[in-house]
Amino acid sequence: MNDIINFASKPREGDPWEVAIIGSGPASFTAAIYTTRGAASTLILGGEKWGGQLMLTTTVDNFPGFPEGVQGPDLMQKMKAQAERFGAEFVAKNVEAVDFDKKPFEILAGGVKYLAKSIIIATGADTKWLGVPGEKELIGRGVSSCAPCDAPFFKGKRVAVVGGGDSAMEEALTLTKYTDDVTIIHRRDEFRASVAMQKRVTENSKIKILWNTEVTEIIGKDRVEKLILKNNKDGSSSELPVDGVFVAVGHVPSTQVFAGKIEMDEKGYVVVKDSAAVNTHEGVFVAGDVHDWHYGQAVTAAGFGCMAGIEALRFLDKPAPSW
Amino acid sequence: MATFDVTDSDFAEKVLKSPTPVLVDFWAPWCGPCKLAEPVLDELSEEHKDKLTVVKLNVDENQKSASDYDVMSIPTTILFKEGSEVDRQIGFAGRQAYEDLIKMGI
Repeated sequence: MNDIINFASKPREGDPWEVAIIGSGPASFTAAIYTTRGAASTLILGGEKWGGQLMLTTTVDNFPGFPEGVQGPDLMQKMKAQAERFGAEFVAKNVEAVDFDKKPFEILAGGVKYLAKSIIIATGADTKWLGVPGEKELIGRGVSSCAPCDAPFFKGKRVAVVGGGDSAMEEALTLTKYTDDVTIIHRRDEFRASVAMQKRVTENSKIKILWNTEVTEIIGKDRVEKLILKNNKDGSSSELPVDGVFVAVGHVPSTQVFAGKIEMDEKGYVVVKDSAAVNTHEGVFVAGDVHDWHYGQAVTAAGFGCMAGIEALRFLDKPAPSW
Repeated sequence: MATFDVTDSDFAEKVLKSPTPVLVDFWAPWCGPCKLAEPVLDELSEEHKDKLTVVKLNVDENQKSASDYDVMSIPTTILFKEGSEVDRQIGFAGRQAYEDLIKMGI
């Protein structure tokens, strides 16, 4: 472990932080690396469940610099250590309220009020559930959103994955290490996953695919027993007996705490102007999946974090580092 | 008291026969959310050391206990009192969820 290189000293008690970053995924930590190295005192309010979506993955093969792949949770611990090395203060508390109309801005987290001259919103996105009957009651009892966490409990059992993107492909492939009976259920007649991931799935004899099919109900008393399916082409219904169902139908932006305070689109994504700022308040910036509905990658989140960090430094009249 | 590890072979002795309530964290090294739960459980173990024991069970190495208690997702944290389950917390939902669980047993 490298020594702490403290570019960014902490504010005196009662003084505001120069930058407060809300969130703790790749966008947040990258922003913090830039703001601390730009000598801005930086607070990361990372949440109790810190680390973001990569905490729910196994090997990440598309993050540059790791030719053999890297474990998602390990990557996040490294990013956190890197931000802390340059002097970022990390607090694993959930943000309960924000006031962007005060100067300095105010944030309430874990019952403590924090002051900040600038803010970077990097709260990312959460699992989108199906919202069908039976689902909520059976989470952790066969319903899961994290194959890397839960796949080993389905050794030799029948499992389904719902979704058609890269994360659905990854969940299905992870499951094939434990069972030969994996069914992907997808509501369209083609996947939107990358060609590389689709190829691995279609070439895997353990994976069956049900096209044009939606889950309408999850049935089970103490654990998942079967799924009720509907074919959206011909309207027919069927049942699929399974022991587990893994939901990978996308994400919803984590913006509830900002509702009514900044501009969002109809899906809850923060609206961005000039690359990294919010529309409504000068000094409030935004980075990563919380505004990026299009790419949603770890590396793009990191890139957006860099942009927001540099913009925050400019706003603070500090020279941005590394050029 | 710090947390300690239990296994399939000493589960009955350390958990079921314990005179005080025991919180068992079912975890594995490859599980991201388990890593988040660990420091929180360490803190709670210290805070409630007079009334509660907090132990960890590696589900990779101790599949029997995990299967006996129908653990299908990790982290799962089960509170035991006088040899039986009081309630469980599935997934890491933050400190408050564990505190609510602990309150049911002490």
